[in-house]
Amino acid sequence: MAKQIEVSGLDAYYGAHKAIEDITMTIEPRTVTAFIGPSGCGKSTFLRTLNRMHEVIPGARVEGKVRLEEQDLYGPDVDPVSVRRTIGMVFQRPNPFPTMSIYDNVAAGLRLNGRFSRSELDGIVESSLKGANLWNEVKDRLHKPGSGLSGGQQQRLCIARAIAVRPQVLLMDEPCSALDPISTLAIEDLISSLKTDYTIVIVTHNMQQAARVSDKTAFFNLAGQGQPGKLIEMDDTSRIFTNPGMKATEDYITGRFG
Amino acid sequence: MRRSAFRRSRGDAPFRLASTGAGVVLLAIMAAIGVFLVVKAIPALQANTSNFLTEKIWNPNAVEPAFGIGALAFGTVLSSFLALVIATPVAIGVALFISHYAPRRLAAVLGYVVDLLAAVPSVVYGLWGVVFLVPFMRGPSEFLNTYFAWIPIFGGDQVVGKSMLTASIVLAIMILPIIAAISREVFLQAPKTQEEAALALGATRWEMIRMSVLPFGRPGVISAAMLGLGRAMGETIAVALILPATFGISFEILGPNGNSIAANIANGFGEATAVGRGALIASGLVLFLITLVVNMAARLVIARRKEFARAA
Ligand SMILES: Nc1ncnc2c1ncn2[C@@H]1O[C@H](COP(=O)(O)OP(=O)(O)O)[C@@H](O)[C@H]1O
Ligand SMILES: [Mg+2]
Repeated sequence: MAKQIEVSGLDAYYGAHKAIEDITMTIEPRTVTAFIGPSGCGKSTFLRTLNRMHEVIPGARVEGKVRLEEQDLYGPDVDPVSVRRTIGMVFQRPNPFPTMSIYDNVAAGLRLNGRFSRSELDGIVESSLKGANLWNEVKDRLHKPGSGLSGGQQQRLCIARAIAVRPQVLLMDEPCSALDPISTLAIEDLISSLKTDYTIVIVTHNMQQAARVSDKTAFFNLAGQGQPGKLIEMDDTSRIFTNPGMKATEDYITGRFG
Repeated sequence: MRRSAFRRSRGDAPFRLASTGAGVVLLAIMAAIGVFLVVKAIPALQANTSNFLTEKIWNPNAVEPAFGIGALAFGTVLSSFLALVIATPVAIGVALFISHYAPRRLAAVLGYVVDLLAAVPSVVYGLWGVVFLVPFMRGPSEFLNTYFAWIPIFGGDQVVGKSMLTASIVLAIMILPIIAAISREVFLQAPKTQEEAALALGATRWEMIRMSVLPFGRPGVISAAMLGLGRAMGETIAVALILPATFGISFEILGPNGNSIAANIANGFGEATAVGRGALIASGLVLFLITLVVNMAARLVIARRKEFARAA
């Protein structure tokens, strides 16, 4: 199920403003890749180019290549809708559909994809909620609104919603930044267990989190205000945190700036 | 002199007085108007020789006054309801097109045009209805009557241009801009986070609208529709120009039956006797009650899904 992503020479723009420049990297299947870097360096922007969510912002566009196992995601006859069905996303702020029940939230993506019988849906909803470590907490109130859950539960509901459609890749943009420490731990555990089935990319501003959950770490930086963000280096997480190749990485990790 | 740090700020008291005063004066004026209308209506209701609620004929100027709001209330509710049924889907479509489909430049122009149309005085729509739509509707009405008479509302032996259907269409066109303008505002406020949640699941734009925008906009659209319905029920001139002004209760909307409370007031006030005026005022109070009931029903509908409507 998990697939490799290859990015080469990727630039992303907001109108005339170039937010990221010339990014080339390979994201391995069945690993957790963390993006770190000072805020405004384009981590979210880059993440959103990977499932073609960048272009939903008016005036935003992308140049360069993103390949998912040989398939060019920006090819002329690629439908961005089907890309997004293949590469799921979890956002910084939990965003369950407030008018839907917990059950309907998880089933939302499946109902887009095709016809499922009631029992099939029941099965996938249960397994997705179990996969997101939420089943025990909500199994008695599946038909209550998702907005009644705590922040951490809502974020796990969003993860359940994303994995319900069996994506090949899961992108997470600072999924714990709005959560308390206990919910954060729950999500980190979840990321480690999801790794066996999915390629996971996580943006985080929390260095310990990157060190705890990821196998690979990519460090982004920008030369100055208004300049585009760039990939400085990418390596095994253990190496980035003990013996980084670049001075800027070391400065950032040791807290000398950023 | 030392001032206390917790002293009430000086601008506060006059402002509080002014706003409370304004509120009290407003309530007092409304109460006075209400009392005045009721006082004027009572003698007419006492002089009435038939049942005010069920009588269909309006004849308050006769020596033996006989009048009732049966037909008028029916015509008011039917024409407004039909107008709402015609206008709301179109208005939602227009609003969605402006908020989520049209390119930005075109959306700005269209938004402006809709706002402009919402400000056109209703007499203009009424005149357009009489001059253009009444003659125009004869053909389509005959067609509906010939081929769709099995649908009860299109049945009946008589087909005219000045029909309930024509009046409803004019009302629909009249209330469409206001419903569209408000719905557009509401749809534009749908949270981007919800829209992105749907898109990231692989929703097409229409699926995204169904999952995020419409549920979010539902209470606002209902409010907009109710505002439109209120306008349609209170509309005087446009309806007075078009409705045949006969007193009857019939669901056959192509036929020559139809009148409304507001139109009847406009048509009858000039030549009314004292009792006649009181009767018209009484009918106005009934219109007010109907509007009130409709609005409360709308609030109930909006409140019913509160638990689910709390936006995250
Ligand atoms: N919707 C947007 N419109 C215009 N510019 C944006 C938008 N989102 C982000 N940017 C700009 O792109 C740059 C990168 O932002 P972002 O990707 O959010 O950085 P990060 O996630 O690393 O904090 C910043 O300069 C930011 O101002
Ligand atoms: Mg970000």
